[in-house]
Amino acid sequence: MTTEILARTVDVTRRYGDVVALDRVTLDITAGELVGLLGPNGAGKSTLINLFAGLRSPTSGTVELFGGSPRDPAQRRLIGVTPQDTGLPQALKVGECVDFVSAHFPAGVARGPLLERFGLSDLERRQIGSLSGGQKRRLAVALAFAGDPRLVFLDEPTTGLDVDARRTLWDGVRDFHAEGGTVVLTSHYLEEIEALAHRVVVVGDGRVLADDTMEKVRDIVGVRRVSLTAAELPELPGVVGVERQGERVHLVTLDADELVRELVRADVPFSGLEVRQTSLEEAFLAITARPAVLA
Amino acid sequence: MALAFTHAKYQLLETARIPIAIVGSAFFPAAAMLFFVVPFAGDHPVGATMATASMMMFAVMSTSLFTFGVGVAEDRAQPWDPYLRTLPAGAFPRFAGRILSGLAVMAVSLVPVLLIAAFLTKASVTVGGLLLGLAALALGSVPFTLLGLFVGYVMPTKAAVAVVQVIFFPMAVGGGLLTSPVDPPAFIAAIAPYLPSRGAVELVWAAVGDFSPRPITMVMLAVWTLAAGAAAVWGYRRDEGTRFA
Repeated sequence: MTTEILARTVDVTRRYGDVVALDRVTLDITAGELVGLLGPNGAGKSTLINLFAGLRSPTSGTVELFGGSPRDPAQRRLIGVTPQDTGLPQALKVGECVDFVSAHFPAGVARGPLLERFGLSDLERRQIGSLSGGQKRRLAVALAFAGDPRLVFLDEPTTGLDVDARRTLWDGVRDFHAEGGTVVLTSHYLEEIEALAHRVVVVGDGRVLADDTMEKVRDIVGVRRVSLTAAELPELPGVVGVERQGERVHLVTLDADELVRELVRADVPFSGLEVRQTSLEEAFLAITARPAVLA
Repeated sequence: MALAFTHAKYQLLETARIPIAIVGSAFFPAAAMLFFVVPFAGDHPVGATMATASMMMFAVMSTSLFTFGVGVAEDRAQPWDPYLRTLPAGAFPRFAGRILSGLAVMAVSLVPVLLIAAFLTKASVTVGGLLLGLAALALGSVPFTLLGLFVGYVMPTKAAVAVVQVIFFPMAVGGGLLTSPVDPPAFIAAIAPYLPSRGAVELVWAAVGDFSPRPITMVMLAVWTLAAGAAAVWGYRRDEGTRFA
């Protein structure tokens, strides 16, 4: 396994006015990795990708792409990025759009195999404006591969796709990775990150909260939400977040079983006990509120 | 540079798929030719030639202001624009491609005016005069292209559409494009020399007929071109700084 670093940030901070989008982030992307960037909206995932793609420069710190600045167009010859599908040029045909994008790269790929890989062969001569949302999404992802990249950044690649289309797309990404390609993927869907990524970087509030293997991060994300009606509660172990709505208390915990045992042992009066899997978003909010639990 | 042509090609392809856009920019000058020039000056060789020159300047002004003003504002609103910035080419091919495709649309909008002048009026010009006239049009389009770019870079689309119209019409009328070159109404005679449309059209008149541009209009044309250039560069940098800093 090679350890060549394709992209990295060193101590990068990015502000938008008073808002700190990224706070001293240091991250290496090594050749051959399939990295999932996980985090709620506004966590800083898109800012991070924009920095790597050369759209933004850091307020402080350095961003490197293949050893140079991503702001230099020449450094971007070996990357691929997904456009937002809402912005695709409506009047162009699918094949033309692919040709147009690949014309920017020294080693643009042939459009036939590329469209084939993403299940777009039948749509080659259709105007983009006439495609369905899912078809546009697939084209947007395909465009990231049009320049025969070594490293692709896929921002929410399967949002709005049905199950079949999602699996087709995942296969496309896996094929690319199997041939030695490097992938950085952002997603809201834990399932998607689980299906694809080997390494997971959890971002929240502009910081890297966790950077580990899929398995380790899955444990962290295995957070439960215990809801009950109770007037007063003692200090309970393993609670990473508390939210009160009148009589109702919601406790976010890493170990729901232990929490319930402890509640019973403490002999506090409660009713309406409910244990639920948290959404990813809730889990991140809890983790973000108490980053110490990850230490 | 090859990439600039690629960009121009696909931009034209997009424009051509919605042909009403081209029809629109060719319609007004052609209609003005049919309604004003043909019936009133059509039988007068010099008058028809000068009026045709005015209408061509009119077409060039409208396409430069609209394609660049509204086109750039629209591009900026689309997420496609930042995506193109991630490709290994930088901002130049896109920009140059837009200028090239704008010139092409401009050329297309001139064709009906030329045809109407040739077949329905007594306007006449030598081949050299015609080429010189086209060169003068290209030169005269520069301040309007720059003004259009300025508007496009500082305003959202809806505002750009309105502002471009507000700039275009007074400049066309005030510059004397719709009135006689030699004997305009008094208020037009008073303001015309200070508008870039006047300097531009005087160059075209000089190219195709017996007309000497006045120094004041030439100086004002240069001043407008420089000012519009500075404004366009400022707008471009500001936009880059806001969106891609």
